[in-house]
Amino acid sequence: MRRLMLGHTTEFTLFAVMIVLCVALSFATDRFFTISNAFDVLNVSAVNIIFAVGLLVVLISGGIDISFAVAASVVQYVTALAIAYLGGGNWAEGFIIAGAVGIGLGLINAALVYKLQIISIVATISTFNIFFGLLMFFTKGVSIYDLPEWLTTRVVFYEREMSDGSWLELTLPVVVMILCCVATWFMMSRTTIGRQLYAFGDNPEGARRFGINIGAMHYISFGWLGLMAGIGGLMQAHYAEEVVPNALYGRELDVLAATVLGGARLGGGKGSVIGCVLGVLMVSITQNGLNLMGVSPFAFKMIVGAIILIAITLSSARIDKLLPFFAKGKIEKGQAQKREAH
Amino acid sequence: MMSAEPLLSLKNIKITFGGVRALKGVSFEVNPGEVHCLAGENGCGKSTLIKIITGVYKPEDGAEFSFDGQPITAMTPSMAQSLGIQVIWQDLALFGEMTVAENIGFQYAVSGKYGLVDKRAMEKAAEKALARLGVSLDLHLPLKELPIAQRQIVAIARALVGEARLVFMDEPTASLTQSETDYLIEIVRNLSASGVAVVFVSHRLAEVLEISDRMTVLRDGALVGVFPVEGMTQSRVTELMTGRNFDSAVIAADHDDQPVVLSVKNLSRANEFDNISFDLRRGETLGVTGLLGAGRTELALTLFGMRRPHSGEIVLDGETVHFGSNREAIRAGVAYLSEDRLSLGLNQPQSIADNLVMASLDRILSSGLISPPKKENVVAHWISALGVKIGKPEDPIRTLSGGNQQRVAIAKWLAIGPKILILDAPTVGVDVGARAGIFEIVRKLAAEGLSIILISDEPPEVYFNADRIIHMAEGRIKATYDPRQMSLTDLEGKVYA
Repeated sequence: MRRLMLGHTTEFTLFAVMIVLCVALSFATDRFFTISNAFDVLNVSAVNIIFAVGLLVVLISGGIDISFAVAASVVQYVTALAIAYLGGGNWAEGFIIAGAVGIGLGLINAALVYKLQIISIVATISTFNIFFGLLMFFTKGVSIYDLPEWLTTRVVFYEREMSDGSWLELTLPVVVMILCCVATWFMMSRTTIGRQLYAFGDNPEGARRFGINIGAMHYISFGWLGLMAGIGGLMQAHYAEEVVPNALYGRELDVLAATVLGGARLGGGKGSVIGCVLGVLMVSITQNGLNLMGVSPFAFKMIVGAIILIAITLSSARIDKLLPFFAKGKIEKGQAQKREAH
Repeated sequence: MMSAEPLLSLKNIKITFGGVRALKGVSFEVNPGEVHCLAGENGCGKSTLIKIITGVYKPEDGAEFSFDGQPITAMTPSMAQSLGIQVIWQDLALFGEMTVAENIGFQYAVSGKYGLVDKRAMEKAAEKALARLGVSLDLHLPLKELPIAQRQIVAIARALVGEARLVFMDEPTASLTQSETDYLIEIVRNLSASGVAVVFVSHRLAEVLEISDRMTVLRDGALVGVFPVEGMTQSRVTELMTGRNFDSAVIAADHDDQPVVLSVKNLSRANEFDNISFDLRRGETLGVTGLLGAGRTELALTLFGMRRPHSGEIVLDGETVHFGSNREAIRAGVAYLSEDRLSLGLNQPQSIADNLVMASLDRILSSGLISPPKKENVVAHWISALGVKIGKPEDPIRTLSGGNQQRVAIAKWLAIGPKILILDAPTVGVDVGARAGIFEIVRKLAAEGLSIILISDEPPEVYFNADRIIHMAEGRIKATYDPRQMSLTDLEGKVYA
C-alpha cells in the first residue's frame, strides 16, 4: 500500500481533496449527494475525459498539444459533411471517419515535431491557428444543425428511475469514455509501446541509446491524441446535437489544466489514466456543485481556477507535510537502504 | 583467470575528426574476466576508443579488430550488443519515474511477444541480474527514490540482463562518495569473478589502483603503454597520463597574526548540522572534509544565505549578519562555487563571457545598462588572471574542458570581489592535470588575502591545500587537524573510519 502511495502521491492527494470537496458540497446542497447527480457529472465530463487521456499520452512522451480541441471541431465538421455525402451514414462509419480524420490531424503535428524539429508547443500553437482558421474560413462560422437522426438520438445503455423521481442514465459518451480510458491504460501500462513512451518522455537520450524508434514515439503519441480528439469530437456533436465551429475553442486549456492536475508532468515520463480522470472530475464536480448552490455562472471560471490552484498546490507539496506518518516511514526506509548499500 | 587468448584485441586503430587525428594507431587488449583500467586525461581519446569498440565510429583502414578470437571487419552498435559488449555511460541513461525492475529489464519493453510486456519475465531477469551482483533491491521502487550509488547498480544490472561479457564503465564514481565507491568496487569484483571483463574509465586514481589488474594509458591519442597495476603509485600514473610531474607538499601555514574575517558561533540547523563553530582568518584556507551527508554542503549554503540557521551566529568582519537570501550574502562578500558545476554552477549553452559576469552584473553597468566595454574588460582580466584556455569569449561554455569550465566558474565569483570564497567539491569531473591548475589558483588567491573554505570528500585535496582541516561527521565538527602534524594516511584513516 505504501509503495502504491509513493508512486501515486498526486492521485491519492487529489482523491482526498475530491472527497473533502464532495462532503462539503453534500452539506451545502441537498441535491449533490445523489446517484443521479453523480451520473450527471459523468455525462458532462465524458468528452473532456476522452480528450484528457489522449493528451496524457502526448504529455507522458514529453510533448504537449494545444491544437487537439480545434482539431476535434474540424473532425466534427468533416464528419458531418462526409456522412451527409454518404447519404446518412451510421455509427460505425461515423467512428471510422472521425477517428481517421483525427489521427490524420495528429500525424501532422507529429511530423512537424519530429521531421521539422519544431518544439511541440510552438508546432501545435501554429496548427491550432491553422486548423481553426481553415475551419472558420471554409464554414464562415456557420453551424450545422441538420444532423442525421442516429447521431443526435440519445443512446442509453442503462436507465432507471430513482425513488425521488430523478433518472439515472448510462449514456453512449460515458461508455465510449470508459472504453477510451481502458484502451489508453492498457496501451500505456501493458504494451511495449506504452512503456517505451514512458521511457522516451522520462529520458529521451536513454531511450535513444536503447534503440527505441524515436519517430514512432512521436507518431504514436500524437496519433493517439488525434484519435481521441476525433472520438471526443464525435461524442460532443452527439451530446450537443449540433456542430458549432467554435464550440470546442478554448477547451484545450481546461483539459490541459485538468490533466496536469491529475499528475501528468509537463516534460514527460509521468502521469496516469486514473489521475487524468480524477483531474477532469475534480473540475466538473466543482462546477456542478456551484451550479447546485446557485452561484452565478459568471463566477464559475474564477472559482474553478482557484480550485485548480489549491488542488495542485496540495498535490505538489511534499507529502511529508500532508501525511507525517507515511513520510516518516519513507525517510527511515530510505536511510535503511543507504545503510544496506554501504 | 587469465587465458592465453584475449577477449578483445584491437591493433593499429586510427581515426581522424575534422583533420585532427584523435587516435594515432592505438592498440588495446582486454583479457576475459579481468578488470582493466583505461586511463588518460580528458580528450586523450578514451571515449573515442570506446565508441569504436561499440561500433559508433569506424576506424581508418589498417585496423585489426577481433573479439573472442573472431576477426571483426565492421562493428555496428547492434552487433556489439549481441556480442555482449555493454557500456555503462556516465549519465547512466536510466528512467527515473520507472521501477527498478523495469529499468533493469527494459529490454523486455523493447521486444515483447505480441507487443505486450511480460512483467513476470522482466522481474525474474532483474532479480537474476541483481543476485549475480550479490545485491538485493526493492524491484518495485521508482528509480528516483534510490541514492545515486544504487542507481549505478541498476545500470550495471541492466548490462547483465543483456548477457554482458565485456562491460565498459565510463567514470562510474564521478558522483559517488568514498563509501559508495568502495561498494561499487566490490560489485565490480563480483562481476569480474563471474567471468565478465570490466574496463574501468576513471579520473580518480586511488580507486583505479585498487581495483584494476592492468592499465592502458593514453595520452593525446597515442598509446603510452600497458602496465600491471601492482607496484604502481598515484604520482607515477599521473606522470604517465600527463607527461609531467606534480609535487605534492603540505602548504599549511599559521595565520594567527591576520584579522578574523568570518566567525561562526554555535551554528545549528535541525537535521543538517549542529553546533558548528570556527574562525576563518584573512588569507587562510580552511579545509572541510567528511563523508557525504556530513552536513558540509548544508553548512556552506547557510553561510551563503540560501538557508537560515535555526540557532547560532555568523559574524562577518566583526558584524553579526542575518542573510535573508544569497543576494545579501553576495553583497556582503561571500561567494559560493556550487558542487554541481554542470547544472548549478554554469549556464551551459551561454557564452563564456556571459557566464563569467553572471554574478557581477551590477559592476559592469553604465547608467543602468550593461556596458559592453566594461564587460569586455572584466572578462579579459579574469581570463588572463586565471589562465583560462579559450577560443573566443563568445563561445558557449560547454565547448570548454572541465578544468577550464571550473576556472570560469571561479572567475565568475572572483569578479564580485569576495572576502570569502567557498569552494564545494571544486575538482569533481576535472582531470588530474587541470586539478593541479585549480589548486594553484586557490593558493594564489589565498596568498593575495582571500579567505577560502575548501570542501572536499577527498582527503588529499584538503591535506595538500588547506591551512587547517575541519572534519565533519553527522552534522558535527568531529575534530580540527593541522596537516603539518599528521600524515595523509592518518587523515584518511580518520575520515573513512
